[in-house]
Amino acid sequence: MTKLLEIRDLWIEGRSGDDWHKIVKGVNLDLARGEVLGLIGESGAGKSTLGLTAMGHVRPGCRIAGGSIRFDGQELVGASAQVLRHLRGRRIAYVAQSSAAAFNPAWRLIRQHCEAPVRHGVMPRAQAEAEAVRLYAEMRLPDPDQIGFRFPHQVSGGQLQRAMTAMAMACKPDLIIFDEPTTALDVTTQIEVLAAIRDIVRNHGAAAIYITHDLAVVAQMADRVKVLLKGEEVEDAPVREMLAHPREAYTRSLWAVREFQPAPRGPAPAGPPLLQIDAVDASYGTQKVLDNVSLAVPRGRTVAVVGESGSGKSTTARVVMGLLSPTTGKVTFDGAVLPTTVGGRPRKLLQRMQMIHQMADTALNPRQRIREVLGRPLEFYLGLKGRAKEARIRELLTEIELDPDRFIERLPGELSGGQKQRVCIARALAAEPELIICDEVTSALDQLVAEGILRLLDRIQRERGISYLFITHDLATVRAIADHVVVMQHGRVVEQGDKARIFSPQHEAYTDLLLSSVPEMDPDWLTQVLEQRRAAG
Amino acid sequence: MALKLSPIPKLVLKRLAIGVLTLIVVSAVIFWAVELLPGSIATEVLGQSATPETIAAFNAQFGLNDPPLWRYVTWLGNAVQGDFGQSLVTRRPITDLIGDRAFNTFFLAAYAALIAVPMSILLGLIAALYRGSLLDRWISSSTLAVISFPEFFVAYILILIFAVQLGWFPSLAGVTPAMSLGERLYVSFLPALTMVLIVTAHMMRMTRAAIVNLLALPYIEMAELKGMKRWWVIAIHALPNAVAPIVTVVALNLAYLIVGVVLVEVVFVYPGLGQLLVDSVAKRDMPVVQAACLIFAATYILLNLVADVIGILSNPRLLHPR
Repeated sequence: MTKLLEIRDLWIEGRSGDDWHKIVKGVNLDLARGEVLGLIGESGAGKSTLGLTAMGHVRPGCRIAGGSIRFDGQELVGASAQVLRHLRGRRIAYVAQSSAAAFNPAWRLIRQHCEAPVRHGVMPRAQAEAEAVRLYAEMRLPDPDQIGFRFPHQVSGGQLQRAMTAMAMACKPDLIIFDEPTTALDVTTQIEVLAAIRDIVRNHGAAAIYITHDLAVVAQMADRVKVLLKGEEVEDAPVREMLAHPREAYTRSLWAVREFQPAPRGPAPAGPPLLQIDAVDASYGTQKVLDNVSLAVPRGRTVAVVGESGSGKSTTARVVMGLLSPTTGKVTFDGAVLPTTVGGRPRKLLQRMQMIHQMADTALNPRQRIREVLGRPLEFYLGLKGRAKEARIRELLTEIELDPDRFIERLPGELSGGQKQRVCIARALAAEPELIICDEVTSALDQLVAEGILRLLDRIQRERGISYLFITHDLATVRAIADHVVVMQHGRVVEQGDKARIFSPQHEAYTDLLLSSVPEMDPDWLTQVLEQRRAAG
Repeated sequence: MALKLSPIPKLVLKRLAIGVLTLIVVSAVIFWAVELLPGSIATEVLGQSATPETIAAFNAQFGLNDPPLWRYVTWLGNAVQGDFGQSLVTRRPITDLIGDRAFNTFFLAAYAALIAVPMSILLGLIAALYRGSLLDRWISSSTLAVISFPEFFVAYILILIFAVQLGWFPSLAGVTPAMSLGERLYVSFLPALTMVLIVTAHMMRMTRAAIVNLLALPYIEMAELKGMKRWWVIAIHALPNAVAPIVTVVALNLAYLIVGVVLVEVVFVYPGLGQLLVDSVAKRDMPVVQAACLIFAATYILLNLVADVIGILSNPRLLHPR
């Protein structure tokens, strides 16, 4: 059988300032007709860059420095713009990560869908529109006759992602590049999109390159997996073989976070909880976002709030921090009712609860050196000055496992994502708080880095007895770090209890749905879950 | 999907209300600024030899003895009905005086706009399409060079070349109501060209910047990965999303074509509002100055209002709510 795609010794360089550094280093890639290849790796591994070169496309600021890319026998490196245009959209299609950004906001979906077939002269508009409706139905979009006439902002994220997959199929391409198509979706939405993508690719016999950082997702979608690390291939094997017998240590480490299980901490200490939320309602304008939310955080323990986007978990954190006043209900901290606004809280009280944000990038002032970042709360809350402050900054850096001599003078821009998040943790610790609210602190990080952060948080908790209110949408993280779990949906608490109880079967329908939607490593998982759901009706 | 009322009428009404409010504030500023000018209007108009009696009669005739607030309210009330009062110098109704002049100014502005707006948007698109190329740099730097000169300088250069040396166009643009459209276009070509040169750079650079901003967005990359041609990507995918910033800068420049022509009209002795304004200031004919300023302000506000509304209409999220 002839290869559909053959990449040989491909080198890609990216520009930073005046220098060119290598992004992809001598990678080979083969793809047969109808085969689905998974490309996995952490951010910066070069997987998206590699995927796009299969279309002969390099992003601005990058260039192909050497090697060959042959699509169906045709060389794409150095091919004319006309040759590439002729392939793109017609024989090779692309599905982007964020469908909300990849659809043009000014045009209706179906018009964008028909653009490639009509402009490439594959079929007339009327036929393309009829095909579009058929593909919408195949992607299980609601109301396939009408949905194409909506604008992108009128359609939900999961539907938009399916519409984009349908759009990629418009010219019946031989090869589709999926660039993290479900990463931005909630788990319960992701599972349906995954199933729809898998079926349509199989039914049309298209080959695909499926780019993701999630090994469990790739296990469902791909026949074969290629692991990339810093632009180099680590391992390439059929998916079942790789899962059963990973050859390389790096491949094994990719699902490390799923294995992180800290020692159990035993029952919560007796006495009243540190933080208690009682029957809180809250609204943004006229829209009610929290409805009768109650939960308690014991001293020295971690309470995880899980839910999908829009479930009200971050709003709960805002109410606790005093950034949003509840309309009814009250929040008690160490036995005393909290003033509802942050401005109404004395400094001593502010000091006792700190927050760590999801995006460490934007939570740090890019013009402040680490010394200032950590020195400010020490001065503000503890009144430390001069040598005492300097000594404390160094202690904090040591505590978050960053060498003070190397890091104290740096700017945030000179740190990696994980290091930035560690600095944010140190900044929270500087105030010597009793409660830290962690808002999706590991969501923007790669799995290995995220695991390091979770281990650090766990160690700090054991040493200092701090309580965490841990907000996340990632159930693997919850499994790793929580003592008590609160499941939220549509601004309400659906269920809460000990981690062991929540993760055991038989509870609320929504919790079941949420738990069963988290992809597992088993390549048959998706098929089995869908069959079970169908059987259950 | 439940049918929801589009938020557009409400937004447009709000903008309209703000526009009217601005106009009232501006009219007050115009009125008080003229009040603050030193010296008595009567002595200025009647000259040094005026007797106290003639001054008193003059003040009584034009109501200059009334309290300023009362004069402002009556002035504004009459102006809304199209009556700007009488010229102090010629004693003729200002509306008659201004009618032809305003027409001439708007004619010249429209003439320049019809050339400048399409040309600058096209140049902006071309510059964005061939971003970083020699052509792009040539368009950017030559338009920039032109606005770097004062407009009267540009005007004199054009006169020197096209009127004095080549003799193709007249150097004085003295249009009269009796002229045919063709004659008008011919006679006023040089002032129009001057204004085209002045406003093109701004609009062209804004168009280019708005388009280039969008070119980094994922949906532009998506269109390229669908195999669309470069000009198609820019015209179909980028331009519709750049309408709001482009329209804003076009409106500002159209307003400038009407309000900012004073110098150009003076250089070409073009009988427009700008020249009338300059003459009236020299003669201390304050009611005429006030009327001309009010018309300028209203034009400015109206054009910006239209730009705002088009900007709102170009946003699919507002035009097609969920």
